[in-house]
Amino acid sequence: MSYEFLLATAIGVLVAGGIFLALRARTFQVVLGLTLISYAVNLFLFASGRLVVGRPPIWDKSVSAYTDPLPQALVLTAIVITFGMTAFVVILSLRSFLETGSDHVDGDKVPCDAQDGLADRRADDHEDTRA
Amino acid sequence: MAIALTLLTLVALPFVAALATALLHQATRAVHSAIAAAASAGGLVLLASLAGPVIGGEIPFATWQWVPSLGLDLTLMIDPLGLMFAGLILGIGLLVVIFAHFYLDADEATGRFFASLMLFQGAMLGIVIAGNVLLLLVFWEMTSLASFLLIGFWQHRAEARQGARMALAVTGGGGLALIGGMVLLGLVAGSFDIATILARGDIVRASPLYPVLLGLILLGCFTKSAQFPFHFWLPHAMAAPTPVSAYLHSATMVKAGVFLLARLWPVLAGTELYTGIVTSVGLTTMIFGALVALFRHDLKSILAYSTISQLGMLVMLLGFSLETAALAAALHILNHAAFKAALFMSAGIVEHETGTRDIRRLGGLAKAMPMTALIATLAAASMAGLPPLGGFISKELMLYETPKLALLGLPWLLPALATLGATFSVGYSLRLAGHLFSGRPREAEPFARAHDPGFGMWAAPALLTVLAVLLGLIPMLLAGPLTGAVTAAITGAPAPAFDLALWHGLNLALILSLIAVAGGALLLWQHKRLLAAWERASLPDAKRMFEASFAFADKWVRKATVAVHTPSLQRMLLASFAVIVLLVIDGIQAGGSFTGTRSLLPASPLAFIAWALLIAATAAVVNDSHNRLRVLIYISVIGLVVSLTFVQFSAPDLALTQISVEVVTILLLLLALNLLPKSPPLLSSAPRKWRDGMLAVTGGVLVGGIAWAMLTRDPGPSIAAYHLANAKSGGGGTNVVNVILVDFRAFDTLGEIIVLGIAGLGIFALLDSTATGAAGARLRAWREDMPHSPERHPLMLVAASRIVLPLTLTVAIYLFLRGHNQPGGGFIAALVAAIAFLVQYLAAGFDWSDRRKRIGEHQLIAWGVLTAMATGLGAFLFGSSFLTSTFGYFSLPLIGKFELASAMLFDTGVFLTVFGAVMLALAQLSHIAARAARAHAAQHSEGGGA
Repeated sequence: MSYEFLLATAIGVLVAGGIFLALRARTFQVVLGLTLISYAVNLFLFASGRLVVGRPPIWDKSVSAYTDPLPQALVLTAIVITFGMTAFVVILSLRSFLETGSDHVDGDKVPCDAQDGLADRRADDHEDTRA
Repeated sequence: MAIALTLLTLVALPFVAALATALLHQATRAVHSAIAAAASAGGLVLLASLAGPVIGGEIPFATWQWVPSLGLDLTLMIDPLGLMFAGLILGIGLLVVIFAHFYLDADEATGRFFASLMLFQGAMLGIVIAGNVLLLLVFWEMTSLASFLLIGFWQHRAEARQGARMALAVTGGGGLALIGGMVLLGLVAGSFDIATILARGDIVRASPLYPVLLGLILLGCFTKSAQFPFHFWLPHAMAAPTPVSAYLHSATMVKAGVFLLARLWPVLAGTELYTGIVTSVGLTTMIFGALVALFRHDLKSILAYSTISQLGMLVMLLGFSLETAALAAALHILNHAAFKAALFMSAGIVEHETGTRDIRRLGGLAKAMPMTALIATLAAASMAGLPPLGGFISKELMLYETPKLALLGLPWLLPALATLGATFSVGYSLRLAGHLFSGRPREAEPFARAHDPGFGMWAAPALLTVLAVLLGLIPMLLAGPLTGAVTAAITGAPAPAFDLALWHGLNLALILSLIAVAGGALLLWQHKRLLAAWERASLPDAKRMFEASFAFADKWVRKATVAVHTPSLQRMLLASFAVIVLLVIDGIQAGGSFTGTRSLLPASPLAFIAWALLIAATAAVVNDSHNRLRVLIYISVIGLVVSLTFVQFSAPDLALTQISVEVVTILLLLLALNLLPKSPPLLSSAPRKWRDGMLAVTGGVLVGGIAWAMLTRDPGPSIAAYHLANAKSGGGGTNVVNVILVDFRAFDTLGEIIVLGIAGLGIFALLDSTATGAAGARLRAWREDMPHSPERHPLMLVAASRIVLPLTLTVAIYLFLRGHNQPGGGFIAALVAAIAFLVQYLAAGFDWSDRRKRIGEHQLIAWGVLTAMATGLGAFLFGSSFLTSTFGYFSLPLIGKFELASAMLFDTGVFLTVFGAVMLALAQLSHIAARAARAHAAQHSEGGGA
């Protein structure tokens, strides 16, 4: 079993899981799917520099061979941007939930679980009448 | 060079005036009109300095390269045709400015008005002296926009808004066609330079593309010049203030189409197709417009339809493709500009002084306002083509030309129809003057108010009317040389011999003219009966048809959009993923071996365990995605394994980044989950899950396969060698990844931190407005549903976190400082610092932490981006290009020798932005949660107390 095989299969599994979750109906699942796909994409980009053990791109007079630093630089910013994107999508879904009372990606009304912290519209009306 | 400067100043003056008026919008009406008048007068002086040489045969021009790759040059040239139009634009412009000064109330938005007017003047001047087709198109579009602004000047009136929209839709739509036509013309002729194109008429007319480009160009001209069936926007454009109507919709803008026909006459005219289309459209418009004008009641509406009719006559004359007809057109352009602008201003005066423009309510005004009556009657007589006025001469010339062309093979048809049109023209002109000024007043109220305005208001129309009269009395002296030169410029050949005079002896034209006058008088006599008949006939309403067609288009575009673009994210994502999968499958068809020849690295047992963990965690995320809190644990396992992967494969920077991002992401998801529903019901049906599952597995296998194929091959030649070789010597750092980020590819990094900053601000905007509306109501109704410890902020945690804060910050500073040479840097340090502060929020609560915050996150983002940009711009001071870095070695006592690089400053910007964005997102989210909890607690205690 080689490292290459492990990485390639891991990327494949992450993509599969990511696609499946991204196609689900609830916003949180879609966020999870995007997160998985992001992991896969970052790993894939990183892998384009090929796998090299023990030769970090820290320049030294005595060292002659390094791993490719360029994919690393790209992936570093990609990781941070991924956070930005995830945060934005999470907040977007939160806002859409607060606005519509539904966490369906298309804003469809879905039966709200009684266990949930946020009550649906009826509870609001109730609050209003009490006030 | 002097010529170039003159031409440039000529075009630039109105734009400068527009800008000045707009900037001084708070000044008084007098200031605004003075600027506009000065610009117009200045332009006239410049033009006058060019007039002599231009009529003498010179064509001053100047060229500056603008976008040479597109063939777009800033070429200005002025030939007699351009000179005549420029004279009209500036001359009538000046008069209109004077008129508008008195017409508009002092408390109206005169700054906006004159700014738009000057914008229009500049654009129109641009059209007539542009020497490049593309440049002309730019100005052409600009006139449509300026016209839109001017028609809609009285924004509070619905008909002004509708009229503006309609004018923009029609002329703008025609403009699109024109762009196509002109670009085709340029391609066929092989140049976008107008002078060159004019010399290549034979090539253009012989091209198979000629019918296409002709159709497109004509569409542009006909919409702009309100030719049937695109005429309907012009009457609705009358919702504009009257000075605008006098300027744009009689003398200048609507003549742009005529101008372009004249400008391209040597290239386009002469073919059967051209003559057929242009003549018949012009003729139809002329008769139709004149007929409708007979039965309109609004003064401006009468004038609008009369303008349509007169424009039709000009188009028809150009359509004849005869040099003598071009001469008639040139003269009539002058005549029409004079009498029509005077009439519009008179209509404005009548409205201003009587309060109405309805001709059915007016009458006998000659007694109340003799000056206006004199001006308007003379102008109307010129419009009717009565001797001894200018209109008579050009109408004679027109009628003289008509027998030269046999329409439908019938030599008498064209003269007969032209005479019919002329008859209607006489009819509406006589009715306009007659019903307005003679007879008895039809209603008492407007008549009682009526009186002549002050000199300032009637001076402009009076001057124009004097011109209209003189054009009839001394035509050769006044217009002879100009008309000859213009005709030569239109046709591209020496002008034919001509003699402008009132009396040419008894000929066919005179007889036709007499018939027209007699017929017109008859129409006026029988007007009441004809009007009744006209009103009985149910005629199609162009406006309603226009709106219906828009509604129709709107409906079907919506349907088509919905059909193609379903508003369901799930379906769109499914389609996107499926397309990508298909593309990949298609790419694989190209062949090649699946496994490459690179020697592989044997995996350690530990790596195998990590791999198994990742696979299991991914499976758990998918399988257990409904239990949201547990999912977060699985996700963090995946993140950890990914970090370890980076550690293993020589990427310490990535490992540090990944692990700190992981912490922040999990915190964010935890906070969001607090407010989101936790255990929602299952939604997807089984077949749908199978379908998605198959797609997901296919996608996973394909991407994994590609990764495998890539990993088992040696990379191609890489640019890494350059970066490795120059990192220390050129960038002053040994951590090549960091040097790439802050030096080699610093521009990319700058873009990325800006994106991150925008994401942070976007999150703030999304959350900041949740206090009100439906979102606010839901937040107030939120109740905590997670069991938590009775002690909200455990003492041990609080105490520990406060000790950890300075330690963590020290680590962050350390990571930042060494980043240029060892793993670390702005990104990582910012994330670590953010974690340090977030721990405070967690342990001590939002309120406690927020009170101790000194600098807002918005400022951090702003300062970060500004610092990074300032570093980049600083390089300019040293004559280097953007973001060039420098470094040096310094030594201080005690500390010893150390290095300072300007890239460090850039990295500070990165640090600030990333820190600000992360903090903004998380702090804002916890702020919302804290607010909701507080609101609930307040309600709860209230309820309990009651």
